[in-house]
Amino acid sequence: MKLSEVVKISWEAIAKNKIRSMLTMLGVIIGVAAVIGVVSISAGTEATINDQISGLGSNLIFITANFGRGGRDSFAPNNRGGLVFNDAYAIAQQVPGVVGVTVEQDASETVKANGVTLTDISILGTTIDFPTVRSMNIASGSYFTQQAVDQKQKVVVLGASLATQLFGTSDPVGQYITIGSTQLPVIGVMAPKGAVGGIDYDARAYMPITVVFQKFTPSEFARFRGDRVRLIYVKVDPSVKLDDVILQIQLLLYKRHNVTSSAPDFSITTQQDIIATQEATTAAFRNLLAWVAGISLIVGGIGIMNIMLVSVTERTREIGIRQAVGATAEDIRIQFLMEALLLSIFGGLVGLVVGMGGSILFGALSGMRTVIVPSSVFLAFGSAALVGIFFGYYPANRAAQLDPIEALRYE
Amino acid sequence: MLSAPGLWVQNKMGKQAIIETVDLKKIYGMGDATVAALNGVNIQITAGEFVSIIGPSGSGKSTLMHILGCLSRPTAGQYILDDQDISNLDNKQLAAIRNKKIGFVFQAYNLLSRTTALHNVMLPLMYDHVDSQTQADKEKLALEMLKKVGLGDRIGHMPQELSGGQQQRVAIARALINNPVMIIGDEPTGNLDSHSGADILKLFNEIHEQGATIVLVTHDPQIAAYAQRTIILRDGLIESITKNGHERKQ
Repeated sequence: MKLSEVVKISWEAIAKNKIRSMLTMLGVIIGVAAVIGVVSISAGTEATINDQISGLGSNLIFITANFGRGGRDSFAPNNRGGLVFNDAYAIAQQVPGVVGVTVEQDASETVKANGVTLTDISILGTTIDFPTVRSMNIASGSYFTQQAVDQKQKVVVLGASLATQLFGTSDPVGQYITIGSTQLPVIGVMAPKGAVGGIDYDARAYMPITVVFQKFTPSEFARFRGDRVRLIYVKVDPSVKLDDVILQIQLLLYKRHNVTSSAPDFSITTQQDIIATQEATTAAFRNLLAWVAGISLIVGGIGIMNIMLVSVTERTREIGIRQAVGATAEDIRIQFLMEALLLSIFGGLVGLVVGMGGSILFGALSGMRTVIVPSSVFLAFGSAALVGIFFGYYPANRAAQLDPIEALRYE
Repeated sequence: MLSAPGLWVQNKMGKQAIIETVDLKKIYGMGDATVAALNGVNIQITAGEFVSIIGPSGSGKSTLMHILGCLSRPTAGQYILDDQDISNLDNKQLAAIRNKKIGFVFQAYNLLSRTTALHNVMLPLMYDHVDSQTQADKEKLALEMLKKVGLGDRIGHMPQELSGGQQQRVAIARALINNPVMIIGDEPTGNLDSHSGADILKLFNEIHEQGATIVLVTHDPQIAAYAQRTIILRDGLIESITKNGHERKQ
């Protein structure tokens, strides 16, 4: 029998029992749609996170302090235990290929202005390179200068949403706000940037790091060692090799901190490291979810097998007739196998549409980003077809092994 | 053995037997609990003959029909169909023989439901593994067969839209389409009223007159008498063979 005829016969058999065929396909539809949906949602989340990490600025190196045994504020006897503010200056001045260096020191304070009082507002002390390193822009007024940092000038730049909360639509530049007990003039407002990595950059106040050291996070050891910082951001010229810069920074800091490479008191990570870690985590999670969704495909396959067994029993007489006019075991087997395959392929196609459509719809309605991953579509559809063949084989073989005499007698 | 020696000789000397069984046995069961459905049956049927096989239930006539129809294999003995020993063919080869050389007409018509008369008649051609005909050829041939049985105007009808007699005519058209060596009728009038039954027997006669070899299996002596010869089976053996006195009509 020609394949086209086999397909036609199988299709007619499926079409004869529309409701039953639909219910049979449901398992496969749900399985395929679930795999595509789960993967597209997690891929969307992954893309969002990657964008956020990239949103920190590109070609970034993060230098973090390895704290001594006594915790983050203890000093080890050999004077180890972290980064100081002057390290940032040293890197900026001595390491070639560095575009900008910035240090952040944050505090949380009550902010008052214009009759509005806001508690627990994040105050970020930083340096003049901050807008460059973190890819932020000034919307109005100006950012503070190196002079302001050096002279510990009490000035503040507001994040976009913080400015709106305090001053509404009026221009905050030139007005005064009170942070903690310190009154400072607003010299600029940042352009909106949004939340990146869980931090709302627009709801913060920015000021010279020296002012934060002095007013908001005074360290009792600052007089001996300089002001300690947790994190230094280094922005590197894109044309320079990142590894070279990292090596230079390492050598510089070993010397400055008087440590060896075997026991450094700081660590260096790049943005790529963070993205890679993030990707590994989300990929593992995505795979887990996809496997769970894939199990419903197997359940769908069992549904196909079940209904195919029923179908073979119901059509025993038909099988006998076909055998009597010359159908071989192979003819019968291929017919029922094709029927199972068509059920799973058709279910797979519907699942594909439901999964892709559902992902797009979910993205549009929930505001979450969804990315349809082509490989997941092919994988889900291919698995559906395999499931059809796998679970269709046993019923098809049973049909093929029927004795023609018995089959013809079957009522 | 109770076969009629005279007929044996006549067949041997006259036309060549196109169907021949030699000491055909079919034994069911194993060990001591065996039942011999056929216990050494010798039959010869020449090309163009119309033979009926009759016997009470349990006589082995169904078993004999199944073996003659290549639906099962004998336990022992030989079955030679169209000069080919097919006693020991495998299932696949038997299927090919059924497809090419045998046309079945069953008591319950056994048409595919929700399939048009035309496609029912075409069914054997679909399983022709040395398929050389185009779909159009097949349809043309099926139409020809339906015309032959007087249903040229019913080609698009589903079996459930046809009367029992008409359904049996479709089944006969299906049996004829492969130009088989032998047409086997298994109680072909069993589900029909006497009028339709007589029509079907008349059709069998017409086909026979056009040269077809027909084996009619029945339990009804009146129906068996339509054939030229009647083989009477009892307890797995041929009890007697009778000539029905109408060697060829007209």
